[in-house]
Amino acid sequence: MEAREKELRKVYGKPEALTSTPHLYCPGCGHGIIHRLVAEAIDELGVRERTIGIAPVGCAVFAYDYFNVDVSEAPHGRPPAVATGIKRVSPEKIVFTYQGDGDLAAIGTAETVHAANRGENITVIFVNNANYGMTGGQMAPTTIIGQKTTTTPFGREAKRDGYPIKVCELLSSLEGVSYLERVAVNNPKNVIKAKKAIKKAFENQVAEKGFSLVEVLSQCPVDWGMTPKDAIKWVEETMMKVFPLGVYKDKGSI
Amino acid sequence: MKQLVKGNIALCEGAIAAGCKAYFGYPITPQNEVPAHMSKRMVELGRVFLQAESELAAVNMVLGASAAGYRAMTSSSSPGISLKQEGISYLAGMELPAVIANIQRGGPGLGNIAGSQADYFQAVKGGGHGDYRMIVLAPYSVQEMYDHAYLAFELADKYRNPVMLLTDGVVGQMMEPIEARAGNLDAEKKYFNKDWVLDGCAGRKPRLLRSLLMAEGDLEKHNRELEKKYKSMSSDEVRFESLETDDAEIVVVAYGISARVAKTAVKKARQEGIKAGLIRPVTLWPFPSKTINENARSGRKFLVAEMNLGQMVEDVKLAVSGRCPVEFLGRPGGGLVNEQEIFENIQAMKG
Repeated sequence: MEAREKELRKVYGKPEALTSTPHLYCPGCGHGIIHRLVAEAIDELGVRERTIGIAPVGCAVFAYDYFNVDVSEAPHGRPPAVATGIKRVSPEKIVFTYQGDGDLAAIGTAETVHAANRGENITVIFVNNANYGMTGGQMAPTTIIGQKTTTTPFGREAKRDGYPIKVCELLSSLEGVSYLERVAVNNPKNVIKAKKAIKKAFENQVAEKGFSLVEVLSQCPVDWGMTPKDAIKWVEETMMKVFPLGVYKDKGSI
Repeated sequence: MKQLVKGNIALCEGAIAAGCKAYFGYPITPQNEVPAHMSKRMVELGRVFLQAESELAAVNMVLGASAAGYRAMTSSSSPGISLKQEGISYLAGMELPAVIANIQRGGPGLGNIAGSQADYFQAVKGGGHGDYRMIVLAPYSVQEMYDHAYLAFELADKYRNPVMLLTDGVVGQMMEPIEARAGNLDAEKKYFNKDWVLDGCAGRKPRLLRSLLMAEGDLEKHNRELEKKYKSMSSDEVRFESLETDDAEIVVVAYGISARVAKTAVKKARQEGIKAGLIRPVTLWPFPSKTINENARSGRKFLVAEMNLGQMVEDVKLAVSGRCPVEFLGRPGGGLVNEQEIFENIQAMKG
């Protein structure tokens, strides 16, 4: 028996940076995967005990129940400002925000753009699921043309509602930005890529490279009115056409 | 040694002496001396100065710096303070200390840049959403701008609550000699019990700062806890000054720059043989209701002078409880109450 135990090697487990609290996210939602990737990156860099997370307003408001690190709440859209306040007084801490599309690209656009422009040495995890999930699926700044939501019952129309905001493209022109990448969590291959990008966004902060943002295309089957399987298909066939995956800026590689 | 400085500069120096580690602001007249002075002094001292993209961002940066355990402050003037209300409500809900200075200007809307006292309601009745209270200090001299800035940080930490300095463009812009306190506090230190700060969970369980309490009954419980805190603030932190009220037949109630003017008018009335006195609330919340109530004896009359259409007068009337007549003299839209006007009102009330 003893000999057998010695042979056992842990190959997979819960990251230390995640709590054991069961997620309240809907079936098929991408947040669970993204939370895990963030937690893995924190563990691998050995920074859990000096990490401070900022939870947004939206589905991920409960992120504080799931991340096993110090967390502060922030008013809707203000995580980059709260993160700026924390990071400026304690630059040795690792500060990250976890925000949705409404939080980051609608009500918090100014905070996002200016934190990026100042080159704040923080990490932003931006979850783009093309709608306001928490409030029941309203039009988000990233809702695509023609997409039906509870506030675009006939589909988003450019003339009335404007166009989806492409955050990575928008921020890529700012000199203060260090790293921008858009990833997805629709299949194992992309999950591995997303993990690499998220880890890099944290590594950049440890190396004091400045503002890093990873945009993650995420499925929201319940609010999209789809099965989890169809939601993944929609990410692949529809969202990725509007929001192409890839690196939009990487100062470190120049 | 006394120094001759503007009110806004005294405010900065009081904050610096109190160990303010971070200042976040945004330009707006008549408080521009504050970010300008802080941009130099804080950098020289190796502390944090940041010009934010908006007042919303500035107050939330204060929230972040406070969550990390440091003394932090923001300042603005009326329209900018409206934007900060969101942050003030969150600071109260999350129980975070912070100092917010409002160098009031005329309103509503963009108004003008003259000194005003029209934000009394906003400051003392809860300008942001939800049931909360904050201590509101009303300096009436350049020395008090310094002293109250210092005191505001102490009170904010003591109660884990935002504290507002409610002053106006006149006090902010005028110059007077001040005496700076001996000894400055170290901005790197954490004052009062800060076992709640977010500084990384090394050797302890992770901490959480929030105001969202969704489980049934939790928010009511939280509000009850806040209520206890507000009750102790209102019993322990009332500050006021009274002048010749013992035998006064006419009691003037005024705060801030109006009190400064009223003081001269009351002295003039005394010289003319009129028994006038002054009660100057130094804290607008908690309000010196008890003192006013005790002064509301039969045969007396009250005169409230404010630079608005009648805001503090409501609290004076509540305290007086109908026992004495309460008259009001107000100048809205950036008008300054003058000594002669107050004196004439006192004279007329004497009959």
